[in-house]
Amino acid sequence: MSYEALCVTWFILEGVLLTGYALLDGFDLGVGILHPFVPRTDLERRISMNSIGPLWDGNEVWLVTFGGALFAAFPEAYASVFSGFYTAFMLLLIALISRAVSMEFRSKMESPAWRRFWDWAFFGGSFTASLLFGVAVGNAMIGVPLDDAGNFTGSVLDQLGPYPLLVGVMTVSLFAMHGGLFLYLKTEGEFQQRLREWMWRSWGLFMVTFMLTTIATVALIPRATENFRRFPWAIVVVVGTVLAVANIPRCLFRDKPGLAFLSSGGVIAGLVALFGLALYPNLVTATGDPTRSVTIFNAASSPKTLGIMLIIAAVGMPFVLTYSGVIYWTFRGKVKLGDHSY
Amino acid sequence: MDVVLLSRIQFAVSIGFHYIFPPLAIGLGVVLVWLEGAFLRTRDPIYETAARFWTKVFALNFAIGVATGIVMEFQFGTNWATYSRFVGDVFGSALAAEGIFAFFLESGFLAVLVFGWDRVGPKMHFFSTLMVSLGSIFSSVWIVVANSWQQTPAGHHIVPVLRNGVPLVRNGEPVLRAEIVDFWALVFNPSTVHRLVHVWIGAFLVGAFFVMSIAAWYLLKGRHTEFARRSFDGGLALAAVSALAMFVSGHGQAGSVYRHQPAKLAAFEGHYRTGPADMNLFGFPDDSAQSVRYGVAIPGGLGLLLHGDPSKPVVGLDRFRPEDRPPVGITFQSYHVMVGLGTLFVGLTLLAAFFRWRGTLYQTRWLLWLFVPAVLLPIVGNELGWVAAEVGRQPWIVHPKVTWTADGSDLVVGPAGHVVYDEREGLRTLDAASPNVTAGQVLGSLVGFGLIYLALGAVWVFILDRKIKHGPEEPPGDSPAVPDGALAAAGLRAGHEGRMTGGDGSRG
Ligand code: HDD
Ligand code: HEM
Ligand code: HEM
Repeated sequence: MSYEALCVTWFILEGVLLTGYALLDGFDLGVGILHPFVPRTDLERRISMNSIGPLWDGNEVWLVTFGGALFAAFPEAYASVFSGFYTAFMLLLIALISRAVSMEFRSKMESPAWRRFWDWAFFGGSFTASLLFGVAVGNAMIGVPLDDAGNFTGSVLDQLGPYPLLVGVMTVSLFAMHGGLFLYLKTEGEFQQRLREWMWRSWGLFMVTFMLTTIATVALIPRATENFRRFPWAIVVVVGTVLAVANIPRCLFRDKPGLAFLSSGGVIAGLVALFGLALYPNLVTATGDPTRSVTIFNAASSPKTLGIMLIIAAVGMPFVLTYSGVIYWTFRGKVKLGDHSY
Repeated sequence: MDVVLLSRIQFAVSIGFHYIFPPLAIGLGVVLVWLEGAFLRTRDPIYETAARFWTKVFALNFAIGVATGIVMEFQFGTNWATYSRFVGDVFGSALAAEGIFAFFLESGFLAVLVFGWDRVGPKMHFFSTLMVSLGSIFSSVWIVVANSWQQTPAGHHIVPVLRNGVPLVRNGEPVLRAEIVDFWALVFNPSTVHRLVHVWIGAFLVGAFFVMSIAAWYLLKGRHTEFARRSFDGGLALAAVSALAMFVSGHGQAGSVYRHQPAKLAAFEGHYRTGPADMNLFGFPDDSAQSVRYGVAIPGGLGLLLHGDPSKPVVGLDRFRPEDRPPVGITFQSYHVMVGLGTLFVGLTLLAAFFRWRGTLYQTRWLLWLFVPAVLLPIVGNELGWVAAEVGRQPWIVHPKVTWTADGSDLVVGPAGHVVYDEREGLRTLDAASPNVTAGQVLGSLVGFGLIYLALGAVWVFILDRKIKHGPEEPPGDSPAVPDGALAAAGLRAGHEGRMTGGDGSRG
């Protein structure tokens, strides 16, 4: 494979890892976002947490691996992004810590105050993480000021522009919808019925922010539209994503929540793909001078490393997919609380 | 305070906290595999009871290990951007391999281990436990490979960074980075194997002492005695073997450090002047006097250890320019406490084994009492070992090579009698931080993590304490019926198979 092809392959593989993360941890985060609103009794809250109990850690590994692979394949981008978004990343880390430990700790004491505290930590962590993911995507799209070595030169506040925040809100609503659908599949009775209205609300909010984001992207980010001219087939992804969005209410009306969940997964995968297409070949876009952008070509590791990583991925990923499948299969069906549940 | 110092403190705090948990996971994982294996073989329910109890403890530790591990994964980029650019090509693949080979395995099967008792059969459960244990051991492999590479780099070459086809220049000098030449040489760099073995033994010691601590407490309280005896016996066997192996492995480590990072070894021993070297049992190195004060030493001990000959000279700190020397005080003390603890573990476990052989161990209350707090010691030993290894690596973040004379008796030095490192080969910690991150930002995150970790640590200890006081469920059959929790009874759909809640309603 040529060096260029290797770089593009790794760009795609990073996209795959990111899609895996957004698809899977997306519903975990969504369950967290809905946590204060939908479940009402302590038992329902436990069901809410236990619906993702066995799964969230494995799902989060997609993010960890995405980070590790970014470090290996595009070290320049890893260094630029993580140091440039320092404060945002620290908040993200705190959010992920809080999400992780709140589930583990909540069930360990009976006291209502204790449980309420961890309920809010669970929500806060999930909400903040989702928002920050969206803000990061927004910034990557719209660009940030970089010096000639790829170091971010702006201030923290520069990263909280209206466009990134809009993408952030869109992400929160998307994950809430995705998580709501997941929880719907995992629950029964009155709890399940209560989820319906929240699925509608999050779908509505997502629709609005999705349209606003699309308009803003077309208006503000010329490179994105150029790329669509360069890759005309990308229109398939656009149409597919829009159809998937529209399919969700259709499936809900026809009482096919499983298909609705798959569709919201499709929406997520479509959005990540569109994000990648709009960004290509940049990893971080520099505002102003485009030669300062961190691209997949000037940020990549040596061909040797990219090749070795490809072997590692080819050996490892089939295993990962196999046992992930086995584990999802083991925990299929409605939530059951047992001796070892949260 | 400057960014580099703050970032160093932040790195030390966050990894120091993370590293409380992985050894527990690795050590307890081995214990779990053993217990479930014993259950499959004998079908004695006490093993299942024990495995279920330790699983809950394992899950709690694991959750915090995971939560703090993510911080580590991203910290290279946030705080050490220049370092990340320098090492990404070689270092990143180890980190990515860790995700793909280890973390997925571990976290996936953890689900079955913790939540799957009533969903899969005992064989599948045992298999999952085995996979989790393997996964936690694999995670240590790749991260230790990465660390060892930065201690003793190999399998790479240093090349200028190209930007759009032309070399990137900063402050008049070309920017360099390390690139892989030989992957296996990188993986099996000179310190990987020594370090891995040592780290594993350290983890086994933590796991074993952890089990013994809780078991000793039950024995002293007269609770769950049968469970406690079997746990203690298993723990003691693992601890005794590990303690002895630690000595052998530590000796190998010291020899390897001397060959590749002689300044570090000199700092370990407070050996200022090249020449015959004593081995200090303890003391206080004094930089200004260039000697160890209040020391008690075995004359010629270090020479004996390294060369098998007490009179042979050992390279001292005087072979290095002052700015190339690691801080001696911290390195010396952390190293010595680690070795002291290693010696103590041999004594303690052999003593307990002797009493066990005589059949009086469970009646020897003072000895059992010793084992209750003793779990802290291997944790401290692990932490201090890393402090010695990492502070001793300073001032380098990536340590350059040293060259020995042909007969291997001394270092090749420059005209001033000092080792001349090839600055291009290594990277100094001072130059490695993120150029665009401010001290204020790092201070903020340091305080944030500090507070959160303090709180996490406190909650962890608190919950662990409750779990231990609650103890394992009695094996089914000879225990009074466990009342179902009121919540679950009133509830929607709860598990039909198996028990639903623990007797006191505390969950986990
Ligand atoms: C329970 C923990 C424990 C115990 C009892 C010991 N060690 Fe250790 N030691 C570690 C836990 C540890 C560690 C945390 O695992 C380190 C840190 C880095 C590493 O490679 O392992 C370490 C590092 C380490 C190093 C530095 C390696 C380097 O800088 O590259 C040396 C030379 C030794 N050890 C030697 C010993 C000796 C001679 C011991 C005497 C019995 C000993 N250790 C006991
Ligand atoms: C700077 C270095 C380190 C990084 C970047 C790192 C990264 C991580 C990450 C991201 C996780 C969470 C994985 C998950 O989500 O399942 C984790 C957990 C873990 N790490 Fe670390 N780690 C570091 C140091 C170490 C060391 C030195 C060891 C062992 C010698 C180790 C062993 C483990 C183990 C066994 C786990 C599983 C969770 C646990 O047992 O607590 N890590 N680490
Ligand atoms: C798990 C146990 C570990 C502990 C307790 C530990 C401890 C420390 C300490 C105390 C420092 C600060 C040293 C100083 O600045 O004077 C440090 C720095 C550092 N360590 Fe480690 N370390 C561990 C493992 C690792 C691993 C596995 C890696 C890499 C994969 C690593 C990479 C670094 C880096 C990059 C720094 C920052 C720069 C420096 O000060 O050299 N450490 N660590």
